[in-house]
Amino acid sequence: MEFERPDFSLAAAEIFVAVMALVVMVTGTFLRRISRELGYALAQLTVIGAAFITVFSVDDPTVRYTFGTMYVSDWLGQVLKLFIYLSVFASLLYGRLYLIERRLEKAEYYVLMLLSMLGAMILVSANNLLVLYLGLEMMTLALYALVAFDRDNGLRSEAAIKYFVLGAISSGLLLYGMSMIYGATGSLDLGVVGQAVSLGAGDELVFKFGLAFLVAGIAFKFGVVPFHMWVADVYHGAPTPVTLLISSAPKLAAFALAVRLLVGGFFGLAETWQPMLMLLAVASIVLGNLAAIAQSNIKRMLAYSGISHMGFVLLGLLAGVTDGGHQQVFNAYSSALFYAVSYALMSLASFGMVLLLARTGFEAEHIDDFKGLNRRSPWFAAMMMLVMFSMAGIPFFLGFFAKFAVLEAVVSAGHTWLAVLAVIMSVIGAYYYLRVVKVMYFDEPMDRTALIASSETRVLLSANALTLAVAGLMPQGLMAVCGYAVLTSF
Amino acid sequence: MVENYFPVFVFLVVALLFSMAPLLLGRLLGPSRPDPEKLSPYECGFEPFEDARIRFDVRYYLIAILFILFDLEIAFLFPWAVVFKDMIAEGAHAFYVFGTVMVFLAVLVIGYIVEWKNGALDWE
Repeated sequence: MEFERPDFSLAAAEIFVAVMALVVMVTGTFLRRISRELGYALAQLTVIGAAFITVFSVDDPTVRYTFGTMYVSDWLGQVLKLFIYLSVFASLLYGRLYLIERRLEKAEYYVLMLLSMLGAMILVSANNLLVLYLGLEMMTLALYALVAFDRDNGLRSEAAIKYFVLGAISSGLLLYGMSMIYGATGSLDLGVVGQAVSLGAGDELVFKFGLAFLVAGIAFKFGVVPFHMWVADVYHGAPTPVTLLISSAPKLAAFALAVRLLVGGFFGLAETWQPMLMLLAVASIVLGNLAAIAQSNIKRMLAYSGISHMGFVLLGLLAGVTDGGHQQVFNAYSSALFYAVSYALMSLASFGMVLLLARTGFEAEHIDDFKGLNRRSPWFAAMMMLVMFSMAGIPFFLGFFAKFAVLEAVVSAGHTWLAVLAVIMSVIGAYYYLRVVKVMYFDEPMDRTALIASSETRVLLSANALTLAVAGLMPQGLMAVCGYAVLTSF
Repeated sequence: MVENYFPVFVFLVVALLFSMAPLLLGRLLGPSRPDPEKLSPYECGFEPFEDARIRFDVRYYLIAILFILFDLEIAFLFPWAVVFKDMIAEGAHAFYVFGTVMVFLAVLVIGYIVEWKNGALDWE
């Protein structure tokens, strides 16, 4: 075999982030006095720098491999990466004041943030079972530590332990599935696995067993029913900036995990995984929406709403298995990608609002804390209303088009009953989103103090919420990007 | 297939003999005057049988976890050493093969510096 030197330029963004994470760690150790400001500035610079590198490397639309075929550079990966950068950027910016007030702002926090982002980036671009697993572990290990960052608080430690134990189990399931696939095909490369699966080269029973474990592992990472036990507790227990991150970047990474494994590797067994996803999606949409109604804690409510949103992403993925033409398949996957990206945007804005209301010694976790927000700050009450409308899927906001695209794909794949169920559950779900709006506009405020927030947070949060409205009026741009990403990547 | 494992078998036999020899020699040549303290299982610093839920210094834990960390990382050097010559034979530049592991070690050294500077290695 001839040795081929890998093309490092394709992984330039990952290398840059890895080096910068080390730089933040070393400067944080040696320049203690200024490490906080420096850590924050360096972390934000890293995210922006990585975004530049990614943007300038997408001009070539063809799919390119490097490190043998372990790493793939394609539009799907680049688009997901850009939204992952955005999530980390927003988490750092929205959460700054929260961390300073609670004395959690340390250089290590930024190192862990960057490492978690690096893991997500590796996962998104992996084309090999081991690299996929490496990225996943890197991302989640950093997240476990971030959840436990405020370690003197019992709630945080409890959430971190739950997250760690269940995360370790899910990684074990995934790894077990991968080992079966490796045993059946003798290869870790997703392309080779995909070929072996579609040709039926190997024991079909082993493939199907392995597939079941892989789907369970993916479902854990998405947090869909019945693998959702950790979601509400972790969202509730984690410091809010970390919750914000967990609700966005890892979901996008889980989407990449699902697409790379199921569509890239296991399309030959699509009739086997489609019913599995159907079960997961239906259970998540039903349970997520019903359980969210009962929550009085807004972080838990958003956790359950996230479960139901992930159900919609799975609907988009399973709609790609159809007898229809290529166009229909592409529409289904691009709708799922569009949904995942829109959800990330909505989630950033909603947790950003929770962070905006939090102060020293006060978490603003309860829906009642939003009471009378209109009297305190009409502008941010309006922004929160936009976010809630978008999440509920009210026309013409971004969330509406995301749901619409997924449902269209589901109907054209011939699963009308699924679409009907999803619509009914969305209508039920609208109740708890609209309750927040009602509380903000029609209830008396519990305290009338003005909101404290830096001007950057105000600007970015407003822009974030307004994007949901503007992109709802003009969804073609984002849809076209998602469509192109899917079209060129398969 | 099975004959490939012959060196492993030889290795096992040698290891067995090598570890048995001092024990045997000790029994044959040494004086034997047993007492209860000598016959109890050996454990450094602890009573061998007591309640498992005892307080112990968290500094032991820190040292142990750092040791495991570096010990595990060093294990990655073995596969690299094994393929070193093969990679060069396949046309990889020697500096490239050497450089990959140096990057890996550089990351480890940075971790070492950080833990040292943060006082993880100070006993007091």
